[in-house]
Amino acid sequence: MEASLQNYAVEVEDLTVAYDAKPVLWDIDLKIPQGKLLAVVGPNGAGKTTLIKAMLGLIPSVSGVIRFCWGKAAIGKKHIGYVPQSGSVDWDFPATALDVVLMGCYGRLGWIRRPGKADGELARQTLKKVGMAEYAGRQISQLSGGQQQRVFLARALMQQADIYFMDEPFKGVDAQTEKAIVLLLKELKEQGKTVVVVHHDLQTVADYFDWVTLINLQVVASGPVSEIFHEENLKKAYRSTDTLLRSGMAV
Amino acid sequence: MNSFFALLGDYTFQTVALGSMLLGIISGVLGSFAVLRKQSLLGDGVSHAALPGVVMAFILLGSKNTEILLLGALVSGLAATLFIIAITRHTRIKFDSALALVMSVFFGLGLVLLTYVQKIPNSNQAGLKRFIFGQASALLQRDVHLMAACGLLLLLLVMLFWKELKLFTFDSDFAHSLGFSPKTLNLLLSAMIVLAIIIGLQTVGVILMSAMLIAPAVAARQWTNRLWVMAILSAFFGGISGLAGTAASSLVPKLPTGPAIVLCVSLLVLISLLFAPGRGILHKLYRQEKNRRLLKTEGAAGNVSSI
Repeated sequence: MEASLQNYAVEVEDLTVAYDAKPVLWDIDLKIPQGKLLAVVGPNGAGKTTLIKAMLGLIPSVSGVIRFCWGKAAIGKKHIGYVPQSGSVDWDFPATALDVVLMGCYGRLGWIRRPGKADGELARQTLKKVGMAEYAGRQISQLSGGQQQRVFLARALMQQADIYFMDEPFKGVDAQTEKAIVLLLKELKEQGKTVVVVHHDLQTVADYFDWVTLINLQVVASGPVSEIFHEENLKKAYRSTDTLLRSGMAV
Repeated sequence: MNSFFALLGDYTFQTVALGSMLLGIISGVLGSFAVLRKQSLLGDGVSHAALPGVVMAFILLGSKNTEILLLGALVSGLAATLFIIAITRHTRIKFDSALALVMSVFFGLGLVLLTYVQKIPNSNQAGLKRFIFGQASALLQRDVHLMAACGLLLLLLVMLFWKELKLFTFDSDFAHSLGFSPKTLNLLLSAMIVLAIIIGLQTVGVILMSAMLIAPAVAARQWTNRLWVMAILSAFFGGISGLAGTAASSLVPKLPTGPAIVLCVSLLVLISLLFAPGRGILHKLYRQEKNRRLLKTEGAAGNVSSI
């Protein structure tokens, strides 16, 4: 059996998601091996964010089975890290950067139990890791877009998960922050974690990632970057919108 | 001044003031969450929707007991909230529209029932209308006990689920991904807000109740960037307004208590909007002016100032 040869971190079978009557993801089958840095790439409206949210169970799906594994054991939500799009929350919320990072351990704590001293210490260290140590007490609306993204990343690291899902972590960040985030991603990979990233910039896919999934409502191709990330597949993925050539020239 | 101290010793004043303070504290804490969730108007909707419940309780049970009438209010307030939640979840109608729909339908029904009730003999003394405008001066000690019990329950729940409520209010998707069901938390928080509104109906009435929920929280938000400070400050603003409003209405003849309380808390909002450091309007203007001067004197080219 193939499954015994290779352990998959995420297995998606037959996933279909629809808003009203219109399907936004159609019959997705996806196997993500453990320990890979995976980019989910596709044109606007291809269903990248929807795919991540459906895999996490945040939105209902019409059909489909999703399994998460670490080693050979099935794992639950506590071991899944999530970085939502930073635009999805109101940053004017009365909280400091440290408060937000601390939220990363809430899942581990479960209902009612409060974070303790050790959690606070861990949150500080995690902030330091993303280069934000001096901003721990800063109100989150007073952070720049890149800093907010780093806070979200730190919150996910705080989860100490085995599999991470990140929705456009590079959106609106400067080159320096992008570099810092890439280093963190590679570090996660070295620890054997699996990281799934919604990514927009086709130019950097080969540099940052070793595995790629091209989607456009359906999975166009999924596999090692060196094997499937080529012109022909990209054309297939971007065919409907025909934006590949234009974006290729613009970038 | 003498009359003020005489007032403090007055039994009726003590009862009403205590009730109003309790109301301010409770609605202050829960209002913080309502405001941060951008559901400020939930208070308005629920309080209006409570009216048919009050009248129905009277018609069906024939009782003028505050507890019974408030129970009716609670049932219909909760029903309205569930309607709103169901509508936003299952249709494309957004929260504000769903709220407006449900609120006007329920309040309309309440008014129809109220007119019907007035034709029944013995209904005049029922004093159902006091729920529309509120009648704090009619608060009895047992009403205050009821408020205290509900308030205690609500504050305990807030403390118990503080972490979850905070997380859910800030980022419900992330809460969901951690395994905290947003559906459950939404129901819990909404039910808590409904209860807070219901216990305030008798004091300030359905029309002014939303102010009690929103105003202290909005004022408190201006002064702090921490959620727990905001909640405590909001409770303090609510409580102090309750006390000050009651005192004012006792000292000034013919000044009704509910509106006096709301005016007090509105004054706090005004002060906070103007003078709070950082977020206050004056502070912002000062900063702008300072930057402008800075740019003029040492900053950009000469043509900037002429714009």
